[in-house]
Amino acid sequence: MTTTALPPKGTGPLAKREARMAWGLLLPTLLSVSLVVVLPLLAIFWISFKPVGLADLRPPTPVLRESLRGNPEAPGDDAQVEYRIRNSSQDKPILGVVLKDRLPEGLTITELDPRCSVSGRDLTCDFGDLEGGFRDRLRMPATVDQAFLDSEVELDETKMSISGTSDNILTNSELTFENFRRVFDGGEFWSVLGVTIFYTVFGTVGALLFGLFAAMLLNKEFRGQGILRGLYLFPYVAPVIAVAFTWVNLFDPFSGSANALLLQMGVASEPINFFGQRPLALIMVTVFEIWRYFPLSFLFILARMQSIDSDMYEAADMDGASPFQKFWYLSLPQLLGILSVLFLLRFIWTFNKFDDIFLLTGGNAGTRTLTVNVYEQAFAISNIGAGAAVAVVIFTCLIAFAVLFFRFISREEGL
Amino acid sequence: MSGLRFGYITGPVIGVLWTFTVAVTISVLLSFASGDPFRPGLIGSVLLGAVVGGFALKGRTLPMVLALAFGVTAALTVAGASPVLTGDGVGGVQIGLAVILTTLAVGWPLWKILDDCDFGELTRHVFEDAVIRFLTGFGYVFFTAIVAIPFYVMVMTSLKSQQALLQNPLDFSLEWDKGWDLFRSYFELFGQFSFGNYLMTSMLVSVLTVFITLAFSIPGAYAVARLRFKGRAALSRSILLIYMVPMIVLALPIYIVFSMTGLRNTIFGIILIYPVTTIPVALYMLQGYFRGLPAEVEEAGLMDGLSRLAVIWKITLPLSLPALASVSLYVFMIAWNEFLLAFMLLDDPSKFTLTRGVAMLNSSEIPRQHLMAGAVIATVPIMALFLGLERFMTKGLTAGSVKG
Repeated sequence: MTTTALPPKGTGPLAKREARMAWGLLLPTLLSVSLVVVLPLLAIFWISFKPVGLADLRPPTPVLRESLRGNPEAPGDDAQVEYRIRNSSQDKPILGVVLKDRLPEGLTITELDPRCSVSGRDLTCDFGDLEGGFRDRLRMPATVDQAFLDSEVELDETKMSISGTSDNILTNSELTFENFRRVFDGGEFWSVLGVTIFYTVFGTVGALLFGLFAAMLLNKEFRGQGILRGLYLFPYVAPVIAVAFTWVNLFDPFSGSANALLLQMGVASEPINFFGQRPLALIMVTVFEIWRYFPLSFLFILARMQSIDSDMYEAADMDGASPFQKFWYLSLPQLLGILSVLFLLRFIWTFNKFDDIFLLTGGNAGTRTLTVNVYEQAFAISNIGAGAAVAVVIFTCLIAFAVLFFRFISREEGL
Repeated sequence: MSGLRFGYITGPVIGVLWTFTVAVTISVLLSFASGDPFRPGLIGSVLLGAVVGGFALKGRTLPMVLALAFGVTAALTVAGASPVLTGDGVGGVQIGLAVILTTLAVGWPLWKILDDCDFGELTRHVFEDAVIRFLTGFGYVFFTAIVAIPFYVMVMTSLKSQQALLQNPLDFSLEWDKGWDLFRSYFELFGQFSFGNYLMTSMLVSVLTVFITLAFSIPGAYAVARLRFKGRAALSRSILLIYMVPMIVLALPIYIVFSMTGLRNTIFGIILIYPVTTIPVALYMLQGYFRGLPAEVEEAGLMDGLSRLAVIWKITLPLSLPALASVSLYVFMIAWNEFLLAFMLLDDPSKFTLTRGVAMLNSSEIPRQHLMAGAVIATVPIMALFLGLERFMTKGLTAGSVKG
């Protein structure tokens, strides 16, 4: 019988250990990311089918106050134990509300409310279901003795608890398509989508073109190149809130320098409300997007340009290629990879952009993109469900882009 | 295009375009610097540009070009058709300054741009070189202007008073005689609006975010980059995917959960949430770098009896210090500039971060210079850090982060 040496099949113990190690190292990241990204995403899907508003976030709770009335001074004095109970919600019921309290020593209730019972010093009151807006006052006569007066406890210092279940809109099984109907209803959605596409396409392409231009400017050695490169990155590095407010100030129709300049130069005859009128506001936010993100494209394109082999250009020079020909036939094909990757990534990011438009126009004057619409629906109109529905739409688009992206990028960059 | 390839056409055309660029630039520059009315003159620009551009071809020396430019500019100014027109109340000194600036800014660059151009027919090379030089010059002016003007306006507005700006929005000249009063809005922000606290909060949050992010992403990145296990490719892709999920989509459920658990309005909650938004980026950047490190060094360490964790600690991390620096800087920048979550989750002015504090200043009751001073306070630290460590930053940004 002959034995042939075969390579081991399956995963050996070493490989298993390595895999365990890898998962162990990744565990904290996976846990935290799934907690903050995956769970919220699932929640968004869930909420998008729920009729939930901002006010529903606080579930109805029973509110209870306890006090001793009558001011007893001597043993045997009469007093009244008072409980005031109400439902914090005006329209939603609370089910099975039960009050539990421990009476202080020396306090005896002489006449029990029918809803209550006492065993030892423990008082239990069953209120049943509280309707929305329910309010009640429970007064029970009581007597005190010397022990109570000596201890000087206040009635509400003793332990007291109240329980009850309320129907939480976020967790019950009531589902609705109302949110989606509302989002897709009417022409609004399509105009929002149109604005988003305009903003995304022109913002991305503009930032790429300007970035390409800036990269070509700086792709040569000269004194002050470093300073200019640093300066050109300013818009990207500065906090969005600072630059957005600066732009709003600069283009203010009444006291903005840009308007004053245009008036003085005779370009405009009256102040222009740059961020307040259609369609100028949309163009302005797109210009802002280009201004803020051209540095990023410029950085990437410059890095790629500097890694292009210079031999090729020398060869082209020998062959008599003109500068434009060199750009068109040599540089551009070399840059096509990074340009397309940048385009896809920036496209996704511009599509996702919220802060910029929110700060510049607040989504007014025809600049409401899908992301701003999430905020608008959820917080301005207080309809969280509708906001979540818009978020789901965004997420669906994102998945489509990502599929495209991975198809493409794995070819281009080997990711 | 070939119709343009004659020196006597190319020269004047480029001359006019360049002169107009210069006229606009000088007008804006002088207006912003002095507050006096300057504006570009179309006729003057065309005349000056055509004459100088037609003259500054091959064989002319710089002094000849400058002399001509000066002569024409001066003549046009006297005739009232200067390339840089002035309004009422502009003194002789300023007009003289405008003439000299125009002469220099038109003469010297045009001489450079058109240096190779003959008067007659141009070869394609010479023509395209001239066009490229013009575009380069235009590009420098254009980009510098669009980047510098907003920041200039931001800083200067913070030093002016509201009335002065309403009177003349172009007048950014400083009133030096006010002395320290010039910085009044800053004193008020730090005094009445407790911007000192916000600065500290932002610093704390950003630094903690950096450390937590690194603590989570270094092991994760190492695992994805080096260790073999099933689902590695899928995992590294899903990291990138997560990094593309828009914050506004997540902000809604986070807001709900934070409201319910009482984490809203706490700095703890902010510190809890910021690192998670940066971990995927950091992980993605770091794993790219780890992959580039030679595996042999680590294997040698393993052979010599180090455990994996010791290898990471003693070999991989010291080798990747530059990458760690750039990732830290980048994460710091994201945390420092973060606005949306701070805006949604913080309502209590005693717990604001800097960006949230600046957002608070955006109200009609608070004068504009305060808002701009707040913007400057938020911008200066990150700018200083960035300029000081620009080399790391540039590398870090290109190492796989296209987030924004």
